[in-house]
This record gives sequence, structure tokens and C-alpha cells, in this order.
Amino acid sequence: MNAWLTQHRHALMLSLGRLAATPLNTLLSILAMGIALALPAGGQLLLDNARLALGGATAPPQISVFLALDASQGEVAAIGQRLAATPGVSAFRMIPRAEALSHMRATEGLAAVLDSLPDNPFPDAYVVTPRDDAPHALEQLATDISAWSGVAHVQLDSAWARRLDALLRLGRAAVGLLAGLLGIGVVAITFNIIRLQVLTQRGEIEVSRLLGATDSFIRRPFLWFGLLQGLLGGLTAWALVFAATLALRGPVTDLASLYGLHFVLHGPGPEIATLWLGLAASLGWLGAGLSLRQYLRSF
Amino acid sequence: MIQFQQVSKRYPPGQDALVDVTLDVGPGELVTLAGHSGAGKSTLLKLVAAMERPSAGAVLVNGQNVGALKPAALPYLRRNLGLVFQDQKLLFDRNAFANVMLPLSIAGIPHKEASRRARAALDKVGLLMRERAMPIALSGGEQQRLAIARAVVNRPGLLLADEPTAHLDPDTARDVAEIFLDFHQVGVTVVVATYDGALFPQARALRLDHGRLQP
Repeated sequence: MNAWLTQHRHALMLSLGRLAATPLNTLLSILAMGIALALPAGGQLLLDNARLALGGATAPPQISVFLALDASQGEVAAIGQRLAATPGVSAFRMIPRAEALSHMRATEGLAAVLDSLPDNPFPDAYVVTPRDDAPHALEQLATDISAWSGVAHVQLDSAWARRLDALLRLGRAAVGLLAGLLGIGVVAITFNIIRLQVLTQRGEIEVSRLLGATDSFIRRPFLWFGLLQGLLGGLTAWALVFAATLALRGPVTDLASLYGLHFVLHGPGPEIATLWLGLAASLGWLGAGLSLRQYLRSF
Repeated sequence: MIQFQQVSKRYPPGQDALVDVTLDVGPGELVTLAGHSGAGKSTLLKLVAAMERPSAGAVLVNGQNVGALKPAALPYLRRNLGLVFQDQKLLFDRNAFANVMLPLSIAGIPHKEASRRARAALDKVGLLMRERAMPIALSGGEQQRLAIARAVVNRPGLLLADEPTAHLDPDTARDVAEIFLDFHQVGVTVVVATYDGALFPQARALRLDHGRLQP
């Protein structure tokens, strides 16, 4: 155990020394890795923010049933009873026209418009939560209800939410694809750097073998090197994304406030940052391992 | 300690480096290997260190058949050998002290204990004052002594040296030979390939001629 620790300490110091021995090379490769990792990381962060901002939007779909403006109290109640008797309806809630008016009046910019109208423009309405939210079942239910007498208009609220959800899923898939490609890029960068190192350390590797070094003794400093470089690349990516978040936070908040939204761009949280660093370090280690498998054989 | 049983070594495409060599080196013995250039001295040493495998016959070191060792077992054989190469194989990117530390790091000796042993080895070959010097700054004789310090720092039971006094002036060669005699005195088995057998008067002299051991 003690010898094992000693050897890892030795390998770690050796790889740190190698990183420090060529500062410009180290800086450039870390920067290349950092930028490669920052792209998918930034994309993921953007998507997380979007999902957060649209938090409520992906709630279960609802159907809005607007009644005719001149519908009588009796007709309104009759439709309520019909809804209660329809098997496809899980729940429903009535919104009286007066409530709709006061709700809309509270919305910025609409109060003046509404006040300028002679009458309340809103009809009575029901908000229906369907039992089955499969698209075709929703369509069927909406069509059925729109045929009832006293119903002026039926609107499927889910359509835009579904489009948005699909868009977010597309974004997520694109970020995943980008992460995969650039992850391979990071492995390739490490692979090549370790290959060059093995070639320049040829003498040391040969002598170490003759002095009784095991394969793992020889591999260890290279693996540490790959891991450290990946870790530093991950740190660079984190710093880039964090700086971009800070730079964009002001403009995004301003933009959101113009739409009457309160929205703050969130930076990467500690769990996400730890995950990125771990991933970046593993990619570096993987690249080094693959390279050693290829190039240590030739000795 | 070392046994060769009818060992032959043939390099492609058919050049015989050793032919039917049988010999026995006992524990604590001092043996010199003489012979013309290309007689097979280096090949014999390489077979002992498992840097080459015999084409025929068996090479036993401490009773172990070296030619049949698995690659994973090689490092542990070599840790019990002290090797001094003809071209020394020093690492020129680190100082004398770090060169001597390498075998100890490989063996996983803790740093403090390793430093103590490395200094003792440097002291033994008279290089303690030069421990911070880079190998390139050392003279030929000093480089040879540094190579010896690195070979003995692990306290091997068997010390193999290939032409350790070649390219040295007579006085320096005598100093270097003296170091090997000291190790022989404390019980280390020493095998030296050398042109100049006169440097090791108390050794058992073996002579190779075109790969064959001369009687």
C-alpha cells in the first residue's frame, strides 16, 4: 500500500514536471481542450436555462372551451353537466367571463385596451384536463366538444407546449451529438500528445525497463499526464462558460424585462461543474491509455 | 548463480553469436569475459539479463530459467541484477542524483530511504560531491562511475558490466576496476566483459572466440 502510494506520488510529480517543462505547449493544448469542451457545456447550460425559464410550459395539455358570448346561465350549466358526463374528461374548471376580464386587466398593457371597449369581450369558458393526452385522443375530444351547441370555439393549449418540448428535445440531442464529437476530439488531442511524449521519452522508457520497471510503472506518469491535462482542459471550459454567463447575464435580464419577465441566466452549478471536470479528466485518461496501448508495444 | 546449459544464440539471417556455451558462475565469484570484438561477450551478458532469449539451451539465474520467463516476471528478475552497459545509458535530462534514484523509484522505495541509499551509492563511487551535476558535465570516468552507482544502488546480488573500462585512460580504468573488486569483496557476484583482464588479477578468466567458450 505504502509502495503503491509512493509510486503514484512519484508518477504524479513526474507528470506535473512534464506539464511545467513545456509551458507554452501545455497552455495551448489545455486551451484547445477547454474550447472544445466549452461548446457542448455552454449549449447544455443554455438548454437548462431555457427549460427553467419555460418551467410551467410543459405541464399536461389542456383544452380551452369558449362558449358563445350570448350563452345563457342555463346553457353554461348544461355544458358543465355534459363535460362531467364525458368519459374522456378527467377534470374541468369553469372560468366566468368576469374572472377572465379581471385576470386580463392585471396583465401589463392590456388594462387600457380593455377599458376602451364598451363591453366585456370575454365569453364564459371551461378549462378541460383530458384523461388521455395522446395527440389523436386530444384532437378527437376537441372536435367532439366543438360540435356541442353553445360552444363557440375550442382551443388545444397543448400544441405550442408540445412544439416547444420537441424543440428542447432537439436541442438536447444536438448538444449530445456535439458533446460526443468534441469528446472524441479531446481524446484525439491527448492521444497525439502522449504519442509524442512516448517518442521523446524513448530513452527513459528503455532504461527503466532494463532497471526492472513494470509496464504499469512506465504507463503511470503518462496516464497521470493525460488525466491532469483533461482536468485542466475541463477547468478552462468551466472558466470560459462561467465568464460567458457573467457577460451575458446583464443583456439577458434586460431583454427578459422588456417582455415583462423576470429571468436571470444561471451559471454552471457545483454538481454540473464536478461532472464536467470528471468527464474531462476521464477523456484525457482514456486518450492517454489508448495512445500507450498503441505506442508502448514498440519497445 | 548463473548456469549456461549448451546455450546457442543465432541472430537472423544466420549469424552465430554464441555456440554451445556451457558455464557455471558460483555465488560471490568474480569472472571476467575476454575475447575479440564480436566474440559474443555482450550477447552472453544480454542473455543473463533477459534482454535476449537463447536460440537453444537454457540460461539459469538463481535457478530460474530466464529464457522461459513471462514478460510480466522480467522486471523482478532485473531488479536483482546490477547492469553496467557499454554505452552507460545514463539519462541526460536529469542530474547524477536523479539518475541513481531511478532504480529505487522503480522498486517503490520511499523517498527518504531512497535518498539515503542513493547518496551512499554515490559516495561509494566517489561522486557525492557531484550529485547535482548533469551527466553531460561529467568526465568519461565519472559517467562510468555514475553508471556503476546506478547499477549497485538496489544492492543486487549479481553485477554485470559490459566493457566498463573501455575508452578510459589507464589510471581511471584502474579506479573503476577497483570499485568492482570492492563489490566482489563484500560478496556480490560480478561478471565483467573486458578487453583488459589484467585489471582484475584475482578473477576467473573466461575467453570467448567466435561464440565458443575456450577451454
